[in-house]
Amino acid sequence: MAFKLTEDQEQFRDIVARFCRDKSPTTAVRELMATEAGYDAGVWQQLCAEVGAVGIHVPEAKGGVGFGPVELSIVMEEFGRSLLCSPYFASGVLATTAIAEAATAEQANELLPGIVSGDVIGALAVSEDARSFEPERLQTVAAEDGGSVTGSKHFVVDGLNANLLIVSARLNNEPRLFAVDAEAAGVTRSAQASMDPTRKLARVEFDNAPATLLGNSAVDITPIYNTALVALANEMVGGAQALLDAAVEYTKLRVQFGRTIGSFQAIKHRLADLLLQVELAKSTAYQAAQVLADEGAAGAKASEAASLAKAACADAYLEAAIQCIQLHGGIGFTWENDTHLWFKRAKSSEVFLGSPNQHRERMLQAMGV
Amino acid sequence: MAEIESLKSEVRSWIESNWDPGSSLVEWRTKLADTGWGTAHWPEEYFGKGLSPAEGAEIDQLFADMGVLGVATSGVRMLAAATILEHGNDAQKKQYLRRIITGEDSWCQLFSEPGSGSDLAGSTTRADLDGDSWVINGQKVWNTSAHHADYGLLLARTDWDVPKHQGLSYFIIDMRQPGVEVRQLKQMNGHASFNEVFMTDAIVPRENMLDQPGNGWQVAVTTLAHERRGFDRIRGGGALAQLEGPIFDEYRREVEIDNEPYKWYPQRAGRVDLILERARETGAIDDPVIRQDIARLLTMSQAAQWTAGRARAAQQAGKPQGPEGSLGKLAASNIARLASRVHTDISAMDAMLTGAESPHDGVIAEILVSVPAVSIAGGTDEIQKNIISERVLGMPKEPRFDTGPFRDVPRNVSET
Ligand SMILES: Cc1cc2nc3c(=O)[nH]c(=O)nc-3n(C[C@H](O)[C@H](O)[C@H](O)COP(=O)(O)OP(=O)(O)OC[C@H]3O[C@@H](n4cnc5c(N)ncnc54)[C@H](O)[C@@H]3O)c2cc1C
Repeated sequence: MAFKLTEDQEQFRDIVARFCRDKSPTTAVRELMATEAGYDAGVWQQLCAEVGAVGIHVPEAKGGVGFGPVELSIVMEEFGRSLLCSPYFASGVLATTAIAEAATAEQANELLPGIVSGDVIGALAVSEDARSFEPERLQTVAAEDGGSVTGSKHFVVDGLNANLLIVSARLNNEPRLFAVDAEAAGVTRSAQASMDPTRKLARVEFDNAPATLLGNSAVDITPIYNTALVALANEMVGGAQALLDAAVEYTKLRVQFGRTIGSFQAIKHRLADLLLQVELAKSTAYQAAQVLADEGAAGAKASEAASLAKAACADAYLEAAIQCIQLHGGIGFTWENDTHLWFKRAKSSEVFLGSPNQHRERMLQAMGV
Repeated sequence: MAEIESLKSEVRSWIESNWDPGSSLVEWRTKLADTGWGTAHWPEEYFGKGLSPAEGAEIDQLFADMGVLGVATSGVRMLAAATILEHGNDAQKKQYLRRIITGEDSWCQLFSEPGSGSDLAGSTTRADLDGDSWVINGQKVWNTSAHHADYGLLLARTDWDVPKHQGLSYFIIDMRQPGVEVRQLKQMNGHASFNEVFMTDAIVPRENMLDQPGNGWQVAVTTLAHERRGFDRIRGGGALAQLEGPIFDEYRREVEIDNEPYKWYPQRAGRVDLILERARETGAIDDPVIRQDIARLLTMSQAAQWTAGRARAAQQAGKPQGPEGSLGKLAASNIARLASRVHTDISAMDAMLTGAESPHDGVIAEILVSVPAVSIAGGTDEIQKNIISERVLGMPKEPRFDTGPFRDVPRNVSET
């Protein structure tokens, strides 16, 4: 495994980081999170055209950009750090990966270029109950000929922004994925008010909605899930680092009792502990990306690494958020202060795609324990 | 015992011949102020009967039992009254106390500043004497109800050449003047319970200082002690709020306005009371990992209640306060944080939702975004730990950098 990025990868990180600094100051985040769409269409176009972020991890043969999970993770970490508002997680991670994994090469080449260019926004509609991302008993069903789907999904990230929905449904009792035009008759979408206003959620009902069956056989959702988990883990460590940085900066400046509060050992020790936790989490996120790059996203090794990282990064992110507010004192609890933007992302990411407890269990099961 | 009974029968017959649910709130409370029955434990010359606090409590209970309204007590007004009673001069008591208990005047507390929170005595709001007036310049923050207050309890610096605690003075400031600007402060949970108060050449008449110049810190300590005592007081409402009649309608409106800022306070404590119900309705009760956390949380919460019980028992027995008394606030922070975690695990992905979509009509989401306040408000956890280690455990004190003249003490760059 590699513990170090290549020079090209480092350069790519610089490009993404610069893009985020330019396009996503917190003033922009605040403006966008208050809108229904939650993103800026111009920035989205640039992200696709100039940075080439969407489809980055998908092979060129399937219509992607041809890099891998490590590059995807670089993008996610920078987005997590800056809270860049865009449908990237929905379209660039979930929908893109689902198409790449489930569709035939021909279908992928038809569907992905529009998504990669940013003209089409994809979303993945799989979740049906609050306790699991991949339901054991899929309730949504397809018509016998595979030409339509009926059922109800929720927690669909960017479901309202999407033009194209990738939907899981049972066809002859086998789980399959379908492509559904989000504007088609039989599709009803409504917003779910999300605690984290920078990540928009929707509920989507399908009533005999016209659908295109993807691929030729039962779909294995594991590689899609693992890729999403690794992307999320990397997003979380980016956010955790931003919070740690903010806490360090503030405690070096803030004066109480005639000295900077950062000069109190209680605070120094707290931040040293936090650095430790964040760095450990980063290692799990980077390692998971590398495992996916080396071993593919489908196997037990991938599931083990992905779940380990999801759990560790979620805990570190939340701890960083709690401490960052605490160390800001009262100002940290105000709307005006930016800390709560990351706090809410941390809080919702904790349970998004499964809670840390669930992932610790999944990790052990993947290890055969 | 017999004395208490004869006192109560005296009050009962006074109420019977005077109580009129058809009168206005102020008319009724004016009667209480004139006779002293509304605040019987206050001195006779100031709207009371000179009775003991225990006797006063008996009378308040009698009012409640008879379904009769008492004096206004909600909001910050009783902190103002207690402080004025203890430190005010005769003229100040006569001027302010009556309208406090009739409910005609509202009050707010102006202590915390952007630059001085944990270090409250580091206040940099300045009061400069100009002829017969104090001219006030500075900014306060976290002021509950300042946006409809008539008067503020103001801590400001009058002497910059002495150590920080000695240079503060305590004032009564008229909030309704051009030099005072109040802005609402929105919190991360979406509520706006507090205000920022900007004072620019605001005027306080010379006679509105409480106690002596330089004694402001001692006066503030009185206010804070009463605040701490009242911390667990159940806020207004109760059985009386159910009764019918114009005077009760008026009362309900008063309580509603005064309680508005505190609506989310139960959520910031973590709502341990909802845990089992939530675990059952979601099925999380069958998850062995969540069960462990629930048990841990319930243990923590029970143990804290029993510890508080020990502290109360010791206090009632007249014993000096033991360590258990200082620990409650810290325990409350730990409980709230764990409760937030357990609520999250129980709610699973529903914890991503807010407002009406969030379980229990938004209460769950409100818990998750309100709990961070509990370890900050009313003195941070870190400050509690400093107090516990230094005062209870007798650990050596931190070296201090703020003991000289305040002028020379390092402070935040933005401050004068
Ligand atoms: C919801 C809420 C309600 C509030 N209500 C009121 C109110 O009604 N009235 C009022 O006057 N105020 C109120 N406050 C203000 C509150 O009292 C202050 O926020 C609090 O005392 C901390 O002060 P600060 O915000 O200036 O933070 P700071 O004092 O700047 O603290 C920042 C960080 O430094 C730490 N720190 C400071 N000193 C030390 C030290 N010596 N050792 C170790 N760590 C230290 C703190 O613990 C904190 O983590 C409220 C605040 C909140 C959030």
